[in-house]
Amino acid sequence: MKNLLILGAGTAGTMMLNKFNSSLNKSEWNITIVDQYETHYYQPGFLFIPFGIYSESDVVKPKKDFFPQGVNVIKAGIDKIEPKANKVKLQNGNELSYDYLIIATGSKIAPTETEGLKGELWYKNIFDFYTIEGALALSNFLKTWQGGKLVINITEMPIKCPVAPLEFAFLADSFFTEKNLRNKVEITYVTPLSGAFTKPKASLLLGNFLERKNIKLVSDFSIAKVDNENKKIISWDEREVDFDLLVTIPTNKGDDAIERSGMGDELNFIPTNKQTLIADGYENIFVIGDATNLPSSKAGSVAHFQADILFKNFVSVMKGEAPSEKFDGHANCFIETGFGKGILIDFNYETEPLPGKFPLPLVGPFSLLEETKMNHYGKMMFKWFYWNILLKGTELPMKSHMSMAGKKL
Amino acid sequence: MATKEYAGKMLELDADGNLKNLNDWNEDIAKAIASEEGIVSLTERHWAVINYMRKEFIEKKDAPSIRKLSKESGVDTKELYALFPNGPAKKAAKISGLPKPKGCV
Repeated sequence: MKNLLILGAGTAGTMMLNKFNSSLNKSEWNITIVDQYETHYYQPGFLFIPFGIYSESDVVKPKKDFFPQGVNVIKAGIDKIEPKANKVKLQNGNELSYDYLIIATGSKIAPTETEGLKGELWYKNIFDFYTIEGALALSNFLKTWQGGKLVINITEMPIKCPVAPLEFAFLADSFFTEKNLRNKVEITYVTPLSGAFTKPKASLLLGNFLERKNIKLVSDFSIAKVDNENKKIISWDEREVDFDLLVTIPTNKGDDAIERSGMGDELNFIPTNKQTLIADGYENIFVIGDATNLPSSKAGSVAHFQADILFKNFVSVMKGEAPSEKFDGHANCFIETGFGKGILIDFNYETEPLPGKFPLPLVGPFSLLEETKMNHYGKMMFKWFYWNILLKGTELPMKSHMSMAGKKL
Repeated sequence: MATKEYAGKMLELDADGNLKNLNDWNEDIAKAIASEEGIVSLTERHWAVINYMRKEFIEKKDAPSIRKLSKESGVDTKELYALFPNGPAKKAAKISGLPKPKGCV
């Protein structure tokens, strides 16, 4: 019997578990998954909670609902991986050995990385929306807030779902307009990037959206600290932005267990081959999703495209062949723009988001880099796909590699 | 292909205006790029950063981020901003004759 061990039962780990379970021969393989938590969160839904569009029940399900029968599930924290010994030590003192390891330990916010961020205003006037706690606390705050300076601030890149902060800004504009409060709310988008987004064409388009929606853009701003007393954020080069309500996207880091294992970079992300998804230096360790240091977006769609590639490469490596499938950095993101509309972007390592139709050339039904109601419906339908199809490892009608069909250069 | 004269040599530049060839670089060229970026003289602290960046790039094929710089070069973030105002990672990479850090997506 060979042991396949998966660390982390989030989006990426659960998808891999289901894919392997339905494909590997059970008389030859023991499959084990380790996670310390019982609840699976639909993280794309956190964005909608502050505005009352989703409630907590829309985004939670027990992890066990997505575990197939016949796999070993261990509920425990991970102490560390000992990659040279092919072992994983758990926080409960137990030790697991593996033949092949899949690391899917994700990324999470680390607000204590910024001076004063998790200070006296935390969850009073400063909120994140990347955790269920933050999203719910912000939802409560917004129920009674009568307006003032709303500042949305990205601390540093990379972050999970790089479009979510922009979506938050657009939805806030829509939310306050519908509440007849928009003229009392000044929205400022403060980013360490030089523009609204990372990719030039999309950045220009999204920058125009900010302008049209009367959202101020402060770019090249790297936050050094939060002044809780005077309600200001201050950059390393000593620029200041005042806030009444700060919605922060704190530094994102990989899991602490990765640091304890000595396997991460300065943010605990694991150096990973950007094409094969094999951990640098270890031929029996694959890394998937947010845990990698790949220059692709940290998003569920990316993990989904990686899952197919990882699976095929795993099969090759198992047979003693060279891993032949190459991940191209494919990402596909619906961007909510408020007032029941959305934009869709589709891109990879080499090709930035382009206009066109998706997934079928000329037909769509979704429009790339264009604001439509259909794109918004796509985003809302995605929750159903996520719970019912994606996590179960079933193929979506989408290719893993990005396609140029339907795109206009 | 864009070229530019630094310290008496015509050098090729990439699309971001950084040196195209790592090996074209020398200390005089670094001084010339620095002065163009508004840094009048390069101190020992500047050189600590520049030397670290070049070493990292040669080993890892990517210029380090600010976070990595502050963790490993011995110069903290505050000082990095004082030494290389308006985006230390980008500016220090340019002076070090390296491409712009890939950073984020």
